[in-house]
Amino acid sequence: MTIQEKQKQIIGEFAEFDDWMDKYDLLIELSKDLSPLEAKFKTDEFLIKACQSRVWLVPELIDGKLYFRADSDAIIVKGIIALLVDVLSGREPAEIAQNELFFIDQIGLSENLSPTRSNGLLAMVKQMKLYALAFQAQLEKQQSNGNE
Amino acid sequence: MGMIDIQQIRSDFPILNRKVHGKDLVYFDNAATTQKPQVVLDEIVRYYSEVNSNIHRGVHTLSQESTDLFEQARKEVQQFIHARSTSEIVFTAGATAGINAIANGFERSILQSGDEVLVSSLEHHANIVPWQMACEKTGAKLRVIPMNENGELLLDELDTLLTDRTRIVAITHASNSLGTINPIATFIEKAHAKGIPVLIDAAQSIQHIPIDVSKLNCDFLVFSGHKIYAPTGIGVLYGKQEWLEKLPPYQGGGDMIKSVSFEKTVYNPPPFKFEAGTMNYVGAHALATALQYLKQHGIEQLATYEQELLHYATAKLSAIEGLRIIGSADQKVSVLSFVMENIHQYDVGMVLDKLGIAVRTGTHCNEPVMRRLGIDGTVRASFSFYNTHEEIDRLAAGLERIKLMFG
Repeated sequence: MTIQEKQKQIIGEFAEFDDWMDKYDLLIELSKDLSPLEAKFKTDEFLIKACQSRVWLVPELIDGKLYFRADSDAIIVKGIIALLVDVLSGREPAEIAQNELFFIDQIGLSENLSPTRSNGLLAMVKQMKLYALAFQAQLEKQQSNGNE
Repeated sequence: MGMIDIQQIRSDFPILNRKVHGKDLVYFDNAATTQKPQVVLDEIVRYYSEVNSNIHRGVHTLSQESTDLFEQARKEVQQFIHARSTSEIVFTAGATAGINAIANGFERSILQSGDEVLVSSLEHHANIVPWQMACEKTGAKLRVIPMNENGELLLDELDTLLTDRTRIVAITHASNSLGTINPIATFIEKAHAKGIPVLIDAAQSIQHIPIDVSKLNCDFLVFSGHKIYAPTGIGVLYGKQEWLEKLPPYQGGGDMIKSVSFEKTVYNPPPFKFEAGTMNYVGAHALATALQYLKQHGIEQLATYEQELLHYATAKLSAIEGLRIIGSADQKVSVLSFVMENIHQYDVGMVLDKLGIAVRTGTHCNEPVMRRLGIDGTVRASFSFYNTHEEIDRLAAGLERIKLMFG
């Protein structure tokens, strides 16, 4: 499934609920599915500090694909992280870097990405893109070195 | 003393009619900013519609009327806090600007290397950072009055912390995160006994506690208009006459000078020397209008009702299993901070918002307080006289629901 398709699938799932509480219940469920981040990664190195909640993001490149592991101390934030990981993790860096994320807005959770919320999510989305760009550059360099 | 008519009062605040996520708004974020009564809103519109003109030095009618309203506002503030003279009332942009003005004045004319500035562990960042900046520039040291687990300052420590190098004590009247009312009269007395001036941050008390600066005998006092039912961008710095004369102005510009040449500028006497540039005269008038509104309803009567709300909410929320109230000082303004076992404050705040209830979550610009108490934030509900017992019931019901959701 492409990033686009994955996002549309999530929008479809959330469209079934008009009540906020149901949406939040779903986010709570999703947060439980997110595999917990090992304590050794919960360090300043991977911490995105914000004043409302904390977010940890760990990138890893395996066989040309970028995997994300992430966690937060706030459950709603963690639920949104689960969605982001679901959409972006395990793909080629170029794909992650190029695709626009629209699903958070469409399911009505964009307020969680507002800079004033200061929950670390906005910084995390940016950081995911930055990692993708960095790994993409690294891969391209390796390729051009290999071609020489 | 008659009972206050809450429904009548609520009808004075148009925003309280609004719905949030389809629910009647419950506004419990009053410690961050208060809502404005219609009379204040009307006066802002009337000012711009009928009077607007820049103050001071204008010879035309509108300018004179505008100047009169501005100086009447100063008089209103003077009477509200019982200053001796209007020349002790400086209009600022807010409490933060007032503290910066004094910290800057001390930095440039008083503080020297090795001197000390004493603040308390309950201070808002606004009463820490300006002093840190002044200390950095001068080599002075920032010292801190510690507090106990309840959020009360340790008065006993004061005697050792007030040294012969202490140049000023800057302390909050009421804590913005915990609500603690500090015994400022005692602080002022003890500091004065050693000849040390005291600045009071009244941002969280002016709207709840009648203040008499002459009786208190504080040297400086600051507050923000927007926390006392007036608009943002206007605030007050009270300073004793002799201090305002002594300290240098922190901003240069028009209106604060008596004469200017390229060789030398002579400053106006206080308060004008601290009012450079075009002042927020509409805001000053709106502030005066808000103060009149409070006077009409009786600030002590309103405060009594707010205390009743605080006690009701404290009892109601204490009954929720797993909820812990943070800050149990004996004397508190109507600010109630709490945490819920195993539920992050962000989650609590987000769900309450969807139930139409506005609270504040996080560290409340009070990181040292949070660190001292070993928590990373709280949920804070802060009450005004336009809040009701029913609204507190809705908060409690919302919290029970949150427990089920996240439990």
